[in-house]
Amino acid sequence: MNSEITIKLPRCKGCGICVAFCPKQVLAVDELGKVMVVNADACIACGQCELRCPDYAIFVDKKVKA
Amino acid sequence: MERSFEKYFRQNRLPHLWCPGCGNGIVMKAIVQAIEKKGLDQDKTVIVSGIGCSSRASGYMDFDTLHTAHGRAIPFATGIKLANPELNVIVITGDGDCTAIGGNHFIHGCRRNVDLTVVLFNNSIYGMTGGQASPMTPTHKKATTAPYGAIDRNFDACRLAEAAGATYVARSTAFHVQHLTDMIAGGIDNKGFSFIEAICQCPTSFGRKNKMADPAKMMMWMRDNAVMKAAWDKLPDDKKTEEKFPIGLFYNESETDYATAYNEVIQIAGGADK
Repeated sequence: MNSEITIKLPRCKGCGICVAFCPKQVLAVDELGKVMVVNADACIACGQCELRCPDYAIFVDKKVKA
Repeated sequence: MERSFEKYFRQNRLPHLWCPGCGNGIVMKAIVQAIEKKGLDQDKTVIVSGIGCSSRASGYMDFDTLHTAHGRAIPFATGIKLANPELNVIVITGDGDCTAIGGNHFIHGCRRNVDLTVVLFNNSIYGMTGGQASPMTPTHKKATTAPYGAIDRNFDACRLAEAAGATYVARSTAFHVQHLTDMIAGGIDNKGFSFIEAICQCPTSFGRKNKMADPAKMMMWMRDNAVMKAAWDKLPDDKKTEEKFPIGLFYNESETDYATAYNEVIQIAGGADK
């Protein structure tokens, strides 16, 4: 896993924009209508989800190797 | 990691009240990122907005902000700029606010070339009041007041601004976030009336009526139909279908701005400092 996904859940409204634009199907919307990470290992930290999130709820950082 | 643009938001006001998937949030982020990119002083930047979904943005932004009368954001902003020309004034307005209720103020703001940066959130509909057709609802698109599709021809706000005398005219979309940020940053740089049309999605009022209730689908529509200015100019006329539209910087010219011209008058008349 090369990335760190931070989700500010209270801000998420479950619009699904991040899910639709993720090229690696990392994200999904759960039954409560909030975003969740389903396949963290596939994340390539491209930041497409963060770029277009209208609610500033998801942030992706490249993991710095210790 | 906390993002640096978060300092420009009033944290206790978030999450904002816009519908799930609304493009306004994306455009608001693009504005603060452009402000950050240009290094504007938070205490020397004023955000002025009118009335409408888009104009709620001023309530979430941590600057000196003014939420004004419907359509009258540009006159208020003109007053601020003339009273204190060193302030950076950014106007946030919507398609109905700017081209219908405030249509006259808009063209005269352009004509005077007041040094403002006007960002028009174009969601093609009056979202807040229940989805009525606005002057920028594309022809044949449905709205609550146009159940068989709008028969009115829609405004091209960019061409209107250019014809009225704005010195910086650009368009971008909520899909092209970085491009939109660059366009707004260019508008902040321009000394004169800068107009940026940001096309954004309204899944609730516009989308549901027009078979695009999914906000991601609306953004894909922007991706598929927006054509960069350079490519648009080379596009043969038969490929310029009704859905396609150009984005990019359309016009940039330097002209004397209103505050400078007004200051000359002050000097001729004896000067304010004497």
